[in-house]
Amino acid sequence: MASATAAAPGSAGAAGSIVGARSTSSPVWRRLRDNPRVVASTAMLAVIIAVAVFAPWLTPQDPMAMSTGERLQGPSAAHLLGTDEYGRDLLSRIIRGSRTSLVVALLSVTAATVIGTLFGVVGSYFGGVWEIVTMRSVDVLLTFPPILLAIAVVAFLGPSMANLIGVIALLYLPRFARISYGAGLQVKQRDYVEAARVVGARAPRILGTAILPNILAPIFVQISLSLGFAILLESGLSFLGLGTPPPEPSWGNMVGVGRGYLRQSGWFVLWPSLAISLTILCFNTLGDGLRDSLDPRLKR
Amino acid sequence: MLAYILRRLAQAVVLVFVVATLVAAFIHLIPGDPVYVILGETNVTPERVAAVRAELGLDRPIPLQYAEWLAGLTRGDFGDSLTSGRPIGGDLLLRLPRTLELILVSTLLSVVIGVPLGVLAASYRNRAPDLAVSTFALIGVSAPVFVVGTLLLLLFGVLWGVLPATGYVAFGDDPARHLKHLILPSVTLATLETAIVLRMTRSSMLEVLAEDYVRTARAKGLDGRLVLYGHALRNALIPVLTIIGIQIGSALGGTVLVELIFNWPGLSSYLVTGINQRDYPVVQAVVLVIAALFILLNLLTDLVYAVVDPRIRYG
Repeated sequence: MASATAAAPGSAGAAGSIVGARSTSSPVWRRLRDNPRVVASTAMLAVIIAVAVFAPWLTPQDPMAMSTGERLQGPSAAHLLGTDEYGRDLLSRIIRGSRTSLVVALLSVTAATVIGTLFGVVGSYFGGVWEIVTMRSVDVLLTFPPILLAIAVVAFLGPSMANLIGVIALLYLPRFARISYGAGLQVKQRDYVEAARVVGARAPRILGTAILPNILAPIFVQISLSLGFAILLESGLSFLGLGTPPPEPSWGNMVGVGRGYLRQSGWFVLWPSLAISLTILCFNTLGDGLRDSLDPRLKR
Repeated sequence: MLAYILRRLAQAVVLVFVVATLVAAFIHLIPGDPVYVILGETNVTPERVAAVRAELGLDRPIPLQYAEWLAGLTRGDFGDSLTSGRPIGGDLLLRLPRTLELILVSTLLSVVIGVPLGVLAASYRNRAPDLAVSTFALIGVSAPVFVVGTLLLLLFGVLWGVLPATGYVAFGDDPARHLKHLILPSVTLATLETAIVLRMTRSSMLEVLAEDYVRTARAKGLDGRLVLYGHALRNALIPVLTIIGIQIGSALGGTVLVELIFNWPGLSSYLVTGINQRDYPVVQAVVLVIAALFILLNLLTDLVYAVVDPRIRYG
């Protein structure tokens, strides 16, 4: 994990200002390794990601194959987790659905990280007009509850995976912009940034080599937490029928459809619910652990 | 202080105006024409399209439409619904209190449960009660609101049948049934809020308990409970208040899913219905009202924060 290159704790400040320090990575690693929650959630995430990557070879049955004689069954030898409203195998659909959730989460958080960090770093380094353009545009995005903004946008543009990724990226961009802005303001004052400027380095070079590497720690924490939120949002929108369009399974749209068959089969909603919650739990635990390890003074 | 409040209010008004403009622009920029949605697939002729467009006032220049919409807003006139033909303002007045009720009750629940549990966890740091409470909090933070809602509905509404599964009964019609219907949606909303309030209380308490004045209070022989509640909790509550303010805002988002699951006829379900029926004026109005509420809540949070913590300057 690249966080090893980031930083050990160094600077003073309140929660979130874990920036800029010498690269003494071993204590960070040791603290991460010694945290059983981090180890367990990392292992679990590795399994979930492996399932998503190898999904086509892991599904015991065709996730799309309908069988009207076997509708809404509970777990059995033929269908380990039961079947859905068309008699499709739930286990196979959960495995297939892991791809949707993870792909949407990874792509949207990547976009949010790159653009948001760029906004924050540029805004903090140049100040003035740049700061107004980058940070105030981010403020407007924060004036609305994320799920509602996502619903409004997707409803008008139509549900598709690309729209979903775009909206989620847009919603999580402000977090990265604000965090890298705050961290950037602190790092900017450091001697090594001044030194780089004195020897005549140009702005892009200073941003890339002096500032960015020293604000990576809080960004990594935020990436882990945002991946959890992105899965939450993707599944929430799919639950509403505004995310992944059927028949492609996603954990969210399975809960959404299964909600209509609660009286016939509780299993239908139970499994995808567990899958969503477990994945988010792992990302949250990992994010908390990263934060504690990168700045032990914040550990409570 | 007054100058600070006035300036923040002015900022809020500008922000609401910006959001209103964005919403209006958005509706006009997106592909697709509401007229075709109203007419449906079958009876589309150029004459009918023109007639409906004139009826809705969509044939006039966009700046004029925008100006009239804004002028209407200042009178509390949100326009009429395309599907029901009723004034939207009236529907908003009917539905807004129902959504606010959900938010209020769930916030109360989260404070009443979350703060004592957070204090408990902090005072038993790293021991069994702390681990139990923190595990609950971690699960509460990770389970999406629609998962919690669906599973509660499955357990209490369907499998055990102890609570009404879905629906709404007006308080005036039957107070007891109204409250019964209120339980599942508000507990669903409260789960996440409780977990967050709990975590914040715990970490804030731990920080305060390490302060010198707490040690002094203990050293001079004060009762442990008095130190915990009288000295520590009072100071630990400031960040908790902020997080509650933020939570009320995000509960507003959570109501969308909760209202859908429990068939609660509030503001958010109005929005979802409006979207599904491509009822643009309704969507426009609800989005605006929610954004205004959200901005207002953030403002109130900042003001409460400034009042509670005298160290904060109204700069």
